[in-house]
Amino acid sequence: MGTSTLHELSLTQNLIESAEEHARRENANVITSVTIEIGALSGVMPEAVEFAFEACTKDTLAEGATLEIRRIPALGRCQQCSQECAMESLLDGCSACGSYALDILKGQEMALIELEID
Amino acid sequence: MCTDCGCAPPQPEHDHKHDHASRKIRVEENLLAKNQRLAMGNRANFAAYQLFVLNLVSSPGSGKTSILERTLTDLKGKISFSVLEGDQQTDNDAERIAATGVPVKQVNTGAGCHLDAHMVGHGVEDFDLTATDILMIENVGNLVCPASFDLGEDHKVAVLSVTEGEDKPLKYPQMFQAADLMLINKTDLLPYLRFDVEQCKAFARQVNPQLKIIELSCHSGEGVTEWYDWLKAGVASKQRVASST
Repeated sequence: MGTSTLHELSLTQNLIESAEEHARRENANVITSVTIEIGALSGVMPEAVEFAFEACTKDTLAEGATLEIRRIPALGRCQQCSQECAMESLLDGCSACGSYALDILKGQEMALIELEID
Repeated sequence: MCTDCGCAPPQPEHDHKHDHASRKIRVEENLLAKNQRLAMGNRANFAAYQLFVLNLVSSPGSGKTSILERTLTDLKGKISFSVLEGDQQTDNDAERIAATGVPVKQVNTGAGCHLDAHMVGHGVEDFDLTATDILMIENVGNLVCPASFDLGEDHKVAVLSVTEGEDKPLKYPQMFQAADLMLINKTDLLPYLRFDVEQCKAFARQVNPQLKIIELSCHSGEGVTEWYDWLKAGVASKQRVASST
């Protein structure tokens, strides 16, 4: 999806900006590895981030860095019966009672977790 | 140089070499942290002026600008508005809004597919916010990316027109989950279409059980009163907060 790639592009630019800020604060010369988390319900396609990462790191401290993406499965809790259930998408209902009123406990993450610097 | 948001030109490169060993640093920061920080700044600024702030989102062509034109005209003298118009290119929409006499500013995002909190923070600088009840932010027509970017608004309002598919809430669930109100627009065209309004509402509530839904036509005027009442209640809630503090 074209628009989706644009979305990941700006997120990836944020990611690299933030990684460079943290690396500079540590007086690093280069970022060798970047670890991020992406939740299954975050609306972010990991493949699109991988693609954007390679393009956007050019001429930055993170040029050539490896990107590790941890995919976080989604978990919801039913507002009706309190059942916790795995979610594949925002359209899922409760696995016990079928209600769609689920609080999302996990799966919306998109975070920079760790950097390896030199 | 912007003092609030730190949008300074890039700092010179750090040129002296250190003799560091390779090491790991723990960051744990949301990728949208910067946008969220700026959105919170916007929200605090809007609260200081008791503004009711709406972020209008939809596909291109669902009628966001037409709804605004009708609303601004019908509520002239009752509610004072300022309008921020987001588009990739052109100020066509801003010209349409300017014709209603309401203060408007166009923000062009260029290649960007959404407004972000930084653009909005700067976008409102020219408005007289003390004389504004409602700030309307018309986002770029796009049901994907604007869902993730908080602008500091009170509510996202998703517009879906009946010339689109009733399953849009299923196709773009992030957006309909992020919205508090859905406007089903162009209802005057229903006799000519096979659009199932009840099915559309059921799909939307599958994604977001709390979603409020108003059906309207900014062409015929059907349903607009309910929308205006919702706006007036929003303005009143801000003024109540202000008078109780």
